[in-house]
Amino acid sequence: MDKFVRKQGLVAPLDRSNVDTDLIIPKQFLKSIKRTGFGPNLFDELRYLDEGFPGQDCTNRPLNPEFVLNQARYQGASILLTRENFGCGSSREHAPWALEDFGFRVIIAPSFADIFFNNAFKNGLLLITLDDATVERLMTDVEQTPGYRLDVDLVGQCIHTPDGETIEFDVDAFRKYCLENGLDDIGLTLQQADAIRTFEARYKADNPWLFRS
Amino acid sequence: MAGRTLYDKLWDAHLVQQRDDGTALIYIDRQLLHEVTSPQAFEGLRLANRKPWRLDSNIATPDHNVPTTLKERSIGIEGIEDDTSRIQVMTLDSNCTDFNIEQFGINDERQGIVHVVGPEQGATLPGMTVVCGDSHTATHGAFGALAHGIGTSEVEHVLATQCLIQRKMKNLKIQVDGELGEGVTAKDIILAIIGDIGTAGGTGYAMEFAGSAIEALSMEGRMTICNMAIEAGARVGLVGVDQTTIDYVAKRPFAPLEDVWEQAVMRWQELVSDTDAEFDKVVHLDAAKIEPQVSWGTSPEMVVGITGAVPAPSDITDATKRRGVERALEYMGLSGGQKITDIQLDRVFIGSCTNSRIEDLRAAAEVVKGCRVSPSLKQAMVVPGSGLVKRMAEREGLDVVFKQAGFEWREPGCSMCLAMNADKLGAGEHCASTSNRNFEGRQGYGGRTHLVSPAMAAAAAIEGHFVDIRTWSPSRTQESA
Ligand code: SF4
Repeated sequence: MDKFVRKQGLVAPLDRSNVDTDLIIPKQFLKSIKRTGFGPNLFDELRYLDEGFPGQDCTNRPLNPEFVLNQARYQGASILLTRENFGCGSSREHAPWALEDFGFRVIIAPSFADIFFNNAFKNGLLLITLDDATVERLMTDVEQTPGYRLDVDLVGQCIHTPDGETIEFDVDAFRKYCLENGLDDIGLTLQQADAIRTFEARYKADNPWLFRS
Repeated sequence: MAGRTLYDKLWDAHLVQQRDDGTALIYIDRQLLHEVTSPQAFEGLRLANRKPWRLDSNIATPDHNVPTTLKERSIGIEGIEDDTSRIQVMTLDSNCTDFNIEQFGINDERQGIVHVVGPEQGATLPGMTVVCGDSHTATHGAFGALAHGIGTSEVEHVLATQCLIQRKMKNLKIQVDGELGEGVTAKDIILAIIGDIGTAGGTGYAMEFAGSAIEALSMEGRMTICNMAIEAGARVGLVGVDQTTIDYVAKRPFAPLEDVWEQAVMRWQELVSDTDAEFDKVVHLDAAKIEPQVSWGTSPEMVVGITGAVPAPSDITDATKRRGVERALEYMGLSGGQKITDIQLDRVFIGSCTNSRIEDLRAAAEVVKGCRVSPSLKQAMVVPGSGLVKRMAEREGLDVVFKQAGFEWREPGCSMCLAMNADKLGAGEHCASTSNRNFEGRQGYGGRTHLVSPAMAAAAAIEGHFVDIRTWSPSRTQESA
């Protein structure tokens, strides 16, 4: 996982509440054997005018011109600004995989669904919860200002707006530590590699029949 | 100090690190891999540039969506017609090659359902921690092993670190004493338990099965019981080690030999709950009172003895419960008060990790010998749990018995247990199935599953409806080979 310290990026607004995991990545893509490559199918039903299926080349599919992420001004966005209860629905980890693969690194909303919240952090996304009024204000600013960028400072736990305003946010200390150090669950456990090795050596001496080499 | 339960002992023996927040790092001895829940785990390793921590602890075999017809199987992976299935099996194959993990490939005789293959190879040994990306991993607890299902990110975690982050569960003992009646089997015991304590009865517990009725069971029977601990809400099922366990394990390919064997056996004998161990909950069952069981609804707790009837919603006072029963009856196309023996069947499936071992096939063959499958059935099939079970059955002539009776004799795999391959129920069809889940659509969209033992499924195939195996006397018209 890449380390996350500070991120400056273009903001895309998704002015919609209760965006569920099926909308983030429709269920036909769960058949995939991969955890990468979901980016082209992020928000598939909103993004394209035809029905998507796994393994297809999306470059020639008819785009829905109305959908915000298809607009030229939001190309390359890495920060998603959206409404309450983002990520509700199933526990599929494909949702954060798709968001990440598309290029998002930060999602800002008034609230997030629980399982999605956990899954997203595990996959290196920073989710920021801000109050309704702040989200509302940012939403207006983004829509009115072409090229609107935010500067997200994880270490200082604040967002700098183009007008010089600073918005503070909360983040769980443990999650912050993992993001800053680029640690996923496995990375964290591997920090205990010595303890595992010590255990294993003693255990092997006691139970030689469980080891074939 | 109070004694320890078997679960406590297994936990303590694998505890690498206890943390303040109540979680612990637990060492894993064996990971079983199959094609459905492993691809993203392998990809995750690749993306992070990680390697498996300990190669020899992993064993793989494709099972969930391999085809079971000889026509498709004879060609190997290329022969799998369904694209998704083929790609998953191919991916497992290439991941095993790339990472150097031992695999029993699609046409290896040792291939089969992971939960049949592990014990059969001696890859499941007493005292081990066993995990697999599949909830029926509880099966392996029959060996006095700590075994449970995990998710794909945990599969990757175990591959990379040989450990899992776990929270200790509570201890539950299911004490089954007395002698089973003639024709009543391990499957009936576990269905009766689930009917008694409900599908959430074991939630949060490691569930140990004990008592004279459990001790009297073969390893196959114990595996059937532990397999369905998950249907009673418990991720872990357990049976203490005794001579039956040790005799089963002896001389299997992955079992220790000679001096090491002696040493291992001595240690395994300690793998029982201490007599003064304290359980958080104990449930008692009288084996003599258990009838052959049949599930009538869409949850494994919706089960009743063969002499019973489908419950009538009007008899149920609790409104939520009544609505649940009404919904299930509607889906199942049954009416309240209908006798179980009156349920007409369309298909019969003998297989799955619950009941596809040699003993299960023998029991079913014994019943169908010299009989014919009822002409009212569309299909009756037997799917052995592994290539080795299949071969053993063929040596004993069981395949001939089944085929003469009108059963299809298939290649090993999960098959109609979850209908990921072509073996499926049609909408509205009733199936007597030896598998473990009767959820809506589990065996095919709109399909109606009735969970039973192999002998009960076999007898139902002959009659076209359920019969009480204890009193049933078929007219055996043919002499079987
Ligand atoms: S036989 Fe059924 S329950 Fe068992 S592993 Fe296969 S799909 Fe799962």
